[in-house]
Amino acid sequence: MAASMTASRSAATTEARWVRWLLTGLALTFIGLFLIVPLISVFFEALRQGWGLFAASFTDPDALSAIKLTLITAAIAVPLNLVFGVAAAWAIARFQFRGRSVLITLIGLPFAVSPVVAGLIYVLLFGAQGWFGPWLAEHDIKIIFAIPGIVLATVFVTFPFVARELIPLMEAQGSDEEQAALVLGASGWQTFWRVTLPNIKWGLLYGVILANARAMGEFGAVSVVSGHIRGMTNTIPLHVEILYNEYNFVGAFACASLLALLALVTLAVKSFIEWRSARLAEEDRRHATEE
Amino acid sequence: MSIPRYLAALLAAISLGAHADTTLLNVSYDVMRDFYKDYNPAFKKYYDAKFKDNLTVQQSHGGSSKQALSVISGLEADVVTMNQSTDIDAIAEKGKLLPADWAKRLPDSSAPFSSLQVLIVRKGNPKGIKDWNDLVKPGVQVIVPNPKTSGNGRYTYLAAWGYALKQPGGNDQKAQEFVAGVFRNVPVLDAGGRAATTTFMQRKIGDVLVTFENEAEMIAREFGRGEFEVVYPSISIDADLPVAVVDKVVDKKGTRKAAEEYLKYLWSPEGQEIAAQNYLRPRDKGVAAKYAKQFPAVKLFGVEELGGWQVIQKRHFNDGGVYDQIAASIAKK
Repeated sequence: MAASMTASRSAATTEARWVRWLLTGLALTFIGLFLIVPLISVFFEALRQGWGLFAASFTDPDALSAIKLTLITAAIAVPLNLVFGVAAAWAIARFQFRGRSVLITLIGLPFAVSPVVAGLIYVLLFGAQGWFGPWLAEHDIKIIFAIPGIVLATVFVTFPFVARELIPLMEAQGSDEEQAALVLGASGWQTFWRVTLPNIKWGLLYGVILANARAMGEFGAVSVVSGHIRGMTNTIPLHVEILYNEYNFVGAFACASLLALLALVTLAVKSFIEWRSARLAEEDRRHATEE
Repeated sequence: MSIPRYLAALLAAISLGAHADTTLLNVSYDVMRDFYKDYNPAFKKYYDAKFKDNLTVQQSHGGSSKQALSVISGLEADVVTMNQSTDIDAIAEKGKLLPADWAKRLPDSSAPFSSLQVLIVRKGNPKGIKDWNDLVKPGVQVIVPNPKTSGNGRYTYLAAWGYALKQPGGNDQKAQEFVAGVFRNVPVLDAGGRAATTTFMQRKIGDVLVTFENEAEMIAREFGRGEFEVVYPSISIDADLPVAVVDKVVDKKGTRKAAEEYLKYLWSPEGQEIAAQNYLRPRDKGVAAKYAKQFPAVKLFGVEELGGWQVIQKRHFNDGGVYDQIAASIAKK
């Protein structure tokens, strides 16, 4: 009965076989041409002249310092976004207050603004000719063309990832469990650590991974505030550009392959989280129906 | 890891690498990286031995005008090494970081070496390109970076202008028509000199690349000498490559002595020799004689003949200037 129903429905609601093949084929060709071929070419170019040169690209002191700076930047920007994202999502999902919708819009702003503009904002604020420039120069504080500027620009562009991920999740979950915890005598922190956090942990992890990928891969905003000092203020993406401009294609693609690898790991972890949370949701449903 | 330990590790990671005794930052333009890669270690050897110091020279490269803007915005360059004096003038004028007469502080108007625009053609010169007038012929594709964003492109524009002006019966109107003819044959207008080279050599677009003489040597090293030929035109422009100490920065950092030595050493026989090896035309007579073979004598004219950079910039390259008129006339067709 069930089988015949699906059969009749598919005949009525789906396209003819050749249309399906055509559409699937088109989609696959498109993905192949625009995603898979470029990705393979990155690794192909990087390994073109053998493993020796490929490995040597990473022992170059400038490359090492670029990798280090990228890791430092991510290590500051991602935790900041984690704390901010949870706080903002919690405020927005749990409370009704004046300016709530403005806050939601503002959180999305970095997605709407071009990264170059994001970088220029900081130059206008902290550059020598900028608003705070003279004061900073007087107190010998360096922001632009130094690590703080790079971190600031990275924080700006990765701002929305965690909050955007959590807000819909927390709104859907509602606050029943937290209220129950409070009624049973838990303190605010206890409620957060034992009820809220376990509920949102997969969504949170997902947001953190996306924020991390963007933090390490950001080019535009960081390029504006970096100053491009070799071995000092170059992140991996900037280092790739420099190597490419020096005709060091193996080195450029080797460093690019590092970023591509990061993207692949991100995708794998992301799929794992999605699979995991889908399974958890299914288990929950099963429990609910069994009870 | 606990949060305080995390922060401590982070701080330790940031402060690493700042242990050199004297550090100079040289903010330079795109195609100078190869020269300074050779020059910096040579200078360090000389300086460390003479002053018992441990010097580190940091490099920053990019489009000439973009780099100048970064310095104006606060990039703490001890020295700037640019490809035309207007970029350093801008730092003096808009950033007030050095006096307006900076060019008088070192010999040769502060330009330790020079280059000139040459024509680079494909192997065997299939289109038979010999001089500037071959660039306006139909069917010849010319690769030049954008004169609005690149000093390299500006020198090419002016070299073509000067060539037309110096022909019998040459005048400003004829020169403008001639330059328009050259730019009509440009299929891709890259933002900087390096990108133009990549377009020509890597993407194999165009019949002739117009760029600095020293960039030709760079191409030979990277792509092999058999891949192209260098054609010296009958006349070209003398591209002086100026350098300057940024006073405000060195006084604040206390690096004036090292920065001044760094630039002065460019005029030393060793500095001049490294320049010649990188196909930059040296000022030193002895070094020039030694490398005479690689620098064919070319009739040159300077930017002063066209009124100097400030006049040229205003007339040709500012918004609404002659170059914009030419670009608009090409777009119409």
